[in-house]
Order: sequence, then structure tokens, then C-alpha cells
Amino acid sequence: MSATSAEPIPRDTEHRSRTDARHDLFFRFLLRFCAMLVLAALLGAALSTLWGGREVLFKDGFRFLFSSDWNPVENQFGALAPIVGTLVTSLIALLLAVPVSFGIALFLTEIAPRWMRGPVSAAIELLAAIPSIIYGMWGLFVFVPFMASIEPTLSDTLGNIPVIGALFQGPPLGLGLLTAGIVLAVMILPFISSVMREVFQTVPARLKESSYALGSTTWEVVWDIVLPYTRSAVIGGIFLGLGRALGETMAVTFVLGNSYNLTASLLMPGTSISSSIANEFNEAVGMHRSALIALGFLLFVVTFIVLLIARFMLRQLQRKEGR
Amino acid sequence: MSAVYARRSVVNIVALTLSGLATLIGLIFLVWILWVTAQNGLGAIKLSLFTKITAYADQGGLSNAIVGSLIMDLMALLICAPIGVLAGTYLAEYASSTRLGATIRFLNDILLSAPSIVLGLFVYVIVVIPTTELTDGRISFSGFAGSVALALIGLPVIVRTTDEMLQLVPGTLREAALSLGIPQWKLTMQVLMRAAFSGILTGVLLALARLAGETAPLLFTAFGNNFMTAHPLDKMASMPVTIYQYTNDPNPTLHAIAWAGALLITLFVLALSLLTRIMFSRKKVSYE
Amino acid sequence: MLTSLKLPSRLGTLAFAVAASLFGMTAQATDITGAGSSFVYPVISKWSAAYAEKTGNHINYQSIGSGGGIAQIKAGTVDFGASDMPLKAEDLAKFGLGQFPDVIGGIVPAFNVSGVAAGSLVLDGPTLADIYLGKITMWNDPAIVKLNPSVHLPSSKIFVVHRSDGSGTTFNFTDYLSKVSTDWKSKVGEGTAVQWPTGIGGKGNEGVSAYIKQIPNSLGYVEYAYAVQNKLGYAKMKNAAGTVVEPTIASFQAAANTADWKNAKDFNLLMTNAPGADAWPITATSWVIMYKTPKNAANTKVAFDFFKYAYEQGQDAARALDYVPLPASLVQQIEAYWSSEYKQ
Repeated sequence: MSATSAEPIPRDTEHRSRTDARHDLFFRFLLRFCAMLVLAALLGAALSTLWGGREVLFKDGFRFLFSSDWNPVENQFGALAPIVGTLVTSLIALLLAVPVSFGIALFLTEIAPRWMRGPVSAAIELLAAIPSIIYGMWGLFVFVPFMASIEPTLSDTLGNIPVIGALFQGPPLGLGLLTAGIVLAVMILPFISSVMREVFQTVPARLKESSYALGSTTWEVVWDIVLPYTRSAVIGGIFLGLGRALGETMAVTFVLGNSYNLTASLLMPGTSISSSIANEFNEAVGMHRSALIALGFLLFVVTFIVLLIARFMLRQLQRKEGR
Repeated sequence: MSAVYARRSVVNIVALTLSGLATLIGLIFLVWILWVTAQNGLGAIKLSLFTKITAYADQGGLSNAIVGSLIMDLMALLICAPIGVLAGTYLAEYASSTRLGATIRFLNDILLSAPSIVLGLFVYVIVVIPTTELTDGRISFSGFAGSVALALIGLPVIVRTTDEMLQLVPGTLREAALSLGIPQWKLTMQVLMRAAFSGILTGVLLALARLAGETAPLLFTAFGNNFMTAHPLDKMASMPVTIYQYTNDPNPTLHAIAWAGALLITLFVLALSLLTRIMFSRKKVSYE
Repeated sequence: MLTSLKLPSRLGTLAFAVAASLFGMTAQATDITGAGSSFVYPVISKWSAAYAEKTGNHINYQSIGSGGGIAQIKAGTVDFGASDMPLKAEDLAKFGLGQFPDVIGGIVPAFNVSGVAAGSLVLDGPTLADIYLGKITMWNDPAIVKLNPSVHLPSSKIFVVHRSDGSGTTFNFTDYLSKVSTDWKSKVGEGTAVQWPTGIGGKGNEGVSAYIKQIPNSLGYVEYAYAVQNKLGYAKMKNAAGTVVEPTIASFQAAANTADWKNAKDFNLLMTNAPGADAWPITATSWVIMYKTPKNAANTKVAFDFFKYAYEQGQDAARALDYVPLPASLVQQIEAYWSSEYKQ
């Protein structure tokens, strides 16, 4: 290296590092700003429902939460039935969709021949693109009659099991909480399975190959290597699906039966927060409108609590594993 | 020993069979729903769908709704994709273990489940009402307001997936790049984003798939229009709102058009998803 | 390395161009907008299309629901609202609004009982109210048998279906039940959505009619146009005068003719349980709501011209969609109302 060419380099790097630092600062600021926009969107939406629903929320307070009496004529509003319906249908949807999504992701990343993976994953993702009103119409005209035809068998078999039997009794109408849960499960499948598939692919081949080399079966590699490596993202994907299930309106509305009477059976009609809003909002005025917006606020609160519980359970799980 | 081995291989076979079955279940539902949609809507799929407007419903046209939806979906993506990707990047790269990051992540998950009609009302308050008052009613509902509402629906999906996908990029990649003296922003934009590209793209496509079918947030923002317009500040028609109105119409011909419209939306998202995948998978190969 | 930055920057330029075009240009706001009732959406759309061909003016009507229609006209985002529920005089006065009816339609009880043909079942108001109250639960209840001596009714449970979404149809249906049953009036009352004592809720006309078709021994109510075009089994009704009437355009018209419009201030009158001998008891209308002193006078003028056109030349279009045009006497009264109440 000659002295003449060595001299300008430090000045150049110094200049570069200064502009780099400025760019970095600006970049960081930009990212932070965008993240704040997300914060603002949520707070804005939540606060606007709090404001819109203030008449009912502050007048009725806790009675709004725990009463199942929903009477727009008398301006009596209790949100218990919608809350229960939302939680039950979302739970059914998760119970069904999570294992199936896992199976799909496993199949698409480890088992399927390469040529099959692209088209099949695009097809599964397509389930997310079907407008929810179509899920509703398909549910109403095709799936409800189908469920009505299998429900007698369901109540004859599962209905006789001592404790959970009560869940499967009732007239075979085809509509109700169970049907809504199944339709929701199909709707959230693509969200959960796409994320799972995508993150399963990011597992370094090294890790998997080492495990295979030790004689693991495909299943063991997925269960013991891939899943632990990607767990946080998998849970993220499940939340993505849960979020969709909690807030879904149109599809549920068509198959839920929309009854404010609470029942123990999953085969009976129920209602959910978002379907109540979708059903009644357009024609509602005054207090009724306020009650429906208050329901919207309640969904934020319910989601908040559900996510909080989920996080708590995750933390327990991590503690058990000694992390 | 061999008993253990046999058990392991049985578990393996059962699990793999079940996973194949799960995929089959997913595909069966897809085919079932598409079949029903096609059966009901195929009769209405004619050239008139693309040439006539909804004002003359009997002529079987959806052209103004198609144009409106295309414009609003694309504008929504232009709004929410950059913001969502950058916000997700912030969470993954700058705030992965801070309290602020945890809070935003948590609130983003709540935003995911916000009922879309509530988001529509929010946009009604922050966009439609101000423009109405500022322009004396000349600009009230608009395609622009509609796309803001749709963007709010796509945003949390993109944030969530970008965040997850970037976190999965191995730390060694960051260290290698940083040790070369690359500034953080270049590292993020050119190394990490590229490494996580296919995952982020999945997020954007899922967001598009979700917002393309939304009805409720458009009623109070884009409103709807029976006539053709491409101006973003006009009241604008959209496929989902038209489908929603047609399904509740007594006229069975309109039901068929609604099903045909649904088929179009689904095919549109399918085409877009395949196209982007083909485009970018080719690119990926050339880099490797 | 630079190539990968091209895409984002290109996107940025595009976004900027879109934003610039958004705020640089102004919208053409010559179109007239209306919003509200979904009950009248099909017929207003039809009129709007014909009117556009004739005059070139665009009437853009969207069915966002009556509640939405009322809220939007108050907020000034639309030129007219349409509601299935008339506004009270004090509400109209408070906001400087006026209202007038636009078209008439009927609501019919529809059922699905094997062996009972469409149109052969007869019901009356009190019986219908008791079924919806859950007091009459069986198809062979004495009250139903008494009205249908020659029909063989099964001894099975009645599955009651109602609308789950708030609707003008429900409003008129429950208003009718309130008029004919004191029990219904005190226990449930009338509204676009009520606390149903029994039954399952279907979303929209299509939800209710799908449930009726799918569930044996069910009974529900739908708009007449929907029942006709989707071939649902409907019931005849015994009206206020004691006659058994069929739901037809003639019997809806009879209800409109015998309703006491002359004494209804701001046309605040529901036509349910109308007194005429041939009147269908569950007949409904919907109201157009507009500012008396318009914010946009030019638009309002076109809107009046549009409704004048609809009353005078849109009658065939209305009948083709199974709606009933307003009787001539009522149209005269409306036009008098326009000139006395509205500044044009």
C-alpha cells in the first residue's frame, strides 16, 4: 500500500459513517413512526367505540356485561349472550383449525413432492380470498342442510356421553354454534397454515439434516426440531387466526341462528358480538345504535382478555420448560 | 429395541397420513365452496359482466364495481403495505425486547380482531365527516375513504407476518453484514428484507385476500355507486357491497350475478397470488 | 444492491402520484345521492336507471339501512334519506326535515308444512301473535284448526323464523302484531329489532326464506316480492274487516286506499291492519326524508324531479318488481306537501 492512496480513505469513511449514522437515525425514526401509526389506529378505533357507546356503557355498566336480556324496544341491553357466542364459536374454530393447519403445513413442507407444494399452498391460501359473504351463503344453502343431515347421528352418539353429552342435544336444525364454529375454522385455516408453512421453511436445513442423520423419523424431526424452533411464530399464526375468528361477521351471521337465548347445546342457535352488530346496526337508531357500538368496544375488551390469558399460559409453558 | 423402532415408525406413518388427510380436508372445503359458487354463478359469467354497469342490473353488469374494487384494493395496499412492513420491521429489529415493542405487538393482535364495521365507522369519523364539512358536502363518501378503511384491515396482518418472518432470519446473517460495516438501514432493507421476502409477501397477499372480500367497512366510507367512476374522491362501487346488496334482492337473476362476482374476486386473488409467486420464485433462483 | 431499492422507490413515486391526483383534482359532484332503506332499494334502482336514460342525471341510491339513511341525511353526506320508519314531528322540526312516502309493498307469512299447499293456509292476527309469542306451539292447535277446518294439519311443533337483522319488514310486522294483540304490545312491542320470545333468526329475506325451505314445519315472514320470486308457500290472512284476503297487488292497493292519509301529519302513518274490506293487513311503505331548506338546492331540485318522475312514470316498473305504486290521491297530497313545506 502506498502512502498516497492511503490518505483519502479515512476521510471518505468518516464522511460515509456520518451520513450512514444520519440515515440510520432517519430510518429508525421512520420505522418508529409507522409502528406508532398502528398504535394510533387501534387506540383511535377503540376510543371511538368507547365514545359511541358511552350512553349504554356508563348508564348500565356491569349490567351490560352480565345480563342476557337484549331488548331494543325497551332499550334494555345485556351483552352476555353475544360474548358467550363469540368465545364458544372461536374456541371451536381454533380447536378444529389448529391441528388441521399444522397437518397442512407439515404436508406441504416435508411430505408433498416439490411440484405439488406451490399449487396446493396457493389453493389453501385461496380459502382466505373467498369473500366472507360467500362463506355465509354457502353455509346457509349448502352446509346447514348438510349439518342437519348428520346432526341426528351426532346427538345419538356424542349426545349420550355423560358430561359433554349436553353439548350435542337438540333439534337437528343444522344451524347453531357448532356449524358456525366449523365455518369459522375453514375461514381461518389459510391464515394459520400459511404462516406455519412459511416459518417451517425457515428452519435451517442443517438442523433437520442432523436430526435425520441421527435416525429421526419425519414426524420426530417436525415435532422435536421444527416446531420448537418456530414456536413463537406458530403461535403468532394462531393469533392471526384467532383474531379473524373473533371478529368475523357475515359468515357467522348466516349460520348462527341469531338467538339471544343462552343454551348449553352447541346445536342450538346463538349469537356473537360481531354478528349482532352486523345484524342490527344498519337499522338501529338512538340507544340501540349506542348499544351496538358499545358491543364493538366490548369486542376489543374481550380480545384483550383472551390475548392476555393466552400470553399468561405461554409464559407458564415456558417456565415449565425452564426458560 | 425393535418394539421401540416399530412404535416410532407407526407413529410416523399415522402422523404423516393424518397430515395428508388434513390437506385433503382443506382442499375439499375449497373445492366444495368454489363448486357451489361456480354452479350458482357460472350462468351469469358473460361478457356483459365486464361491460355493463350496475345501474342497469338486469343487463348483468358489474363493470363499475370491478373498477371500484380494483382501485380501492390497490390504494389500500399502497397505504398499508409500506406502513405495515416498516412497522413490522420496527418490531422485529428495533423493539423485539422492549416494552413498547411488546405493547404494539399486543395491540396489533387486538386490531386483527376488530370488527370491520367498527373500523369503517372510525374512518367515517376521521375521513368522511371532515371532508364533508370542509367541502360543504361536495366530497363526502369517497373511494379514498374506502381504501383507508380497507388499509386498516390489511395493516395488522402485514405487521404480524413481517415481524414473525424477520425474527426468523438467523442472527448470523445480521452479524455477517454488520461486520462488513453496512449501516443498519441497508442491512434491514437489503439483507433481512430479502431473506424474509417470501414470508413478507405471504403476509401482503393474505392481507389483500382479506380486504378484497370486506363489505362492512365500505358501506359508510366508499358508500357505493351505481354508475361508473374511477375518481378516488367520488362515491365508489365495490364488488363486496354489490354482492351484499344483490344477495338480499328478491330477483333471482341478481343472486346469480352476486355468485359470479364472488367467483371473480376469488379468481382475481388466485391469479394475483400465483403471479407474484411465479415472479418472485424466479428471482429467488437467480440470486442463489 | 441498488436494484433492490428500485422497487420500493418506484412504489413511493407511485404512491406520491396517487396522493397528488387525489388532492389536486376535485370530484364532479353533480350526482344525486340517497341512502337508507333496503326495502325500497330494488325499485329505486330501477327508477334511477330509467331516469338516467331519460335525463342523464344520476341518482345514486345505496341501501345502508334506514338507521344509516336517517343518520346520513342529518350529517348532510347525502341529498336524501329513505327510512322504513317515519320520523316523529318533533324530530323533523328539530332538523328542518320533511318526509313523504315513495312506494308500497306487502309482507306475507310464509310456511313449510308438508301436505299443506301454498295459499291454502289461513291465519289471523291474534293467532299469528300467539305463535310468535310461543303460546301456540303446535300446528294442530285449536286456534289454527278453527281457521282451517278443511286443511289437514300435522301434530308437530312450529319452528318460528324471524329476521335477525334490523329491518323495516320486522318493524311493520311487529307493529301489526301490536295492533291486533295486547299481549304482544305489552310483552314485546314494535321495532326494527325486538326481543323475540321464541324462534330462530335468519339474516335478510334470503336468510329467512332459506330457513323456511330447509326446516320442516317452519313459519316465517318475508317481503311479498321475495315470496313471489322465490316461490315460497304463503298464507292468507283474515283482515281487520274480517275478510280472508290473499296477498296481491290489489289487496295492498286496497290497504293504501283505505288508510287515513288525510289526517296524517307529515305522512306519519303505518298502513298495517288497514280497515278496508279487501285490504291486506300487513302492508308497508317507506319514506323519503329531505331537508326543507336544502344545502344543495340544485341537487334537491333534481331529486324532486326524480320522485315526480317515479310517481308518474315509474308505476309499471314498480309493479314488475311486485311493489305497488302510490294511489293518485296520495301523490296529489304529496305534491301539495312539497309546494307548501319545501323551499324549491
